[in-house]
Amino acid sequence: MASRLVNWFKFSSPATFFPLARKIGVVSTVIAVALIAVGLYMSFFVAPTDYKQGEGYRIIFVHVPASWMSMFIYVVMAGWAALGLIFNTRLSMMMAQALAPTGAMFAFLSLWTGSFWGKPMWGAWWVWDARITSELILLFLYLGYMALRSAIDDPRRADRASAILLLVGVVNVPIIYYSVQWWNTLHQGSTIRLNEESTMDDTMLIAMLIMTLGFWAYSIAVAMSRLRTLILERERSANWVRELASRGG
Amino acid sequence: MAEFFHMGGYALYVWGSFGVTALLMIAEPLILRSRARQVRRRLARMARLEQEVTQ
Repeated sequence: MASRLVNWFKFSSPATFFPLARKIGVVSTVIAVALIAVGLYMSFFVAPTDYKQGEGYRIIFVHVPASWMSMFIYVVMAGWAALGLIFNTRLSMMMAQALAPTGAMFAFLSLWTGSFWGKPMWGAWWVWDARITSELILLFLYLGYMALRSAIDDPRRADRASAILLLVGVVNVPIIYYSVQWWNTLHQGSTIRLNEESTMDDTMLIAMLIMTLGFWAYSIAVAMSRLRTLILERERSANWVRELASRGG
Repeated sequence: MAEFFHMGGYALYVWGSFGVTALLMIAEPLILRSRARQVRRRLARMARLEQEVTQ
């Protein structure tokens, strides 16, 4: 029984994960480029014009994937932070750190594209709607996490302090998700439903899902790339990094 | 073609969204790559210095 289990702790060593991160990064890059190319093609040439919002609705193909990713990445970071606190593994903390700027970028893009969608449809670039405000708080949580990390010199202390911030901030994610149901505000409700028919054309839905998977692969690719640099910097006094460096980097 | 870029009157909003998204998603990997090279160069330099000191 025990021999069939993968020893996951083996991969929690930065030295073991470093070459694996490169492989995962390359594969994800290829998947991301392919999916986003197909997704963009579908977004502009396959998905029909909306009967109410004309061509303006096409913003959905970047707005929804970016918003989903901003929430999803935060939850994944909090998961890594929890693992890091429980098992005291520094690689888990580095995983969270490697995802943060990408998550912040998607939170910003969610607000930006939402603003460019709100202006023609609602007549305002910005409104203090429940969903928009809670998404803005998510962006601030990302920025706060990064600022807190960089304010603490000792990486192990930075790990713990920022992990707690991540875990506390998780409460905001369901608030964003359910905001359109809990408060009767301007932001439109979800068009994708898990337990009933989605109120959307099939090709629109497929294009949106392909873009989301593409953004997902993109996030993995950039996180792996950032992780490798973080590992090198943090483990610079370890023998394997010094050997790697003396071979010419 | 012009009609495509016109986006039924929503050109500013559609291209403003897709454009900034594309810009950021292209810039991020490029910034990461140059940063990775920087760090690797610095580590290699440190390794060289160390060797010179110990010899």
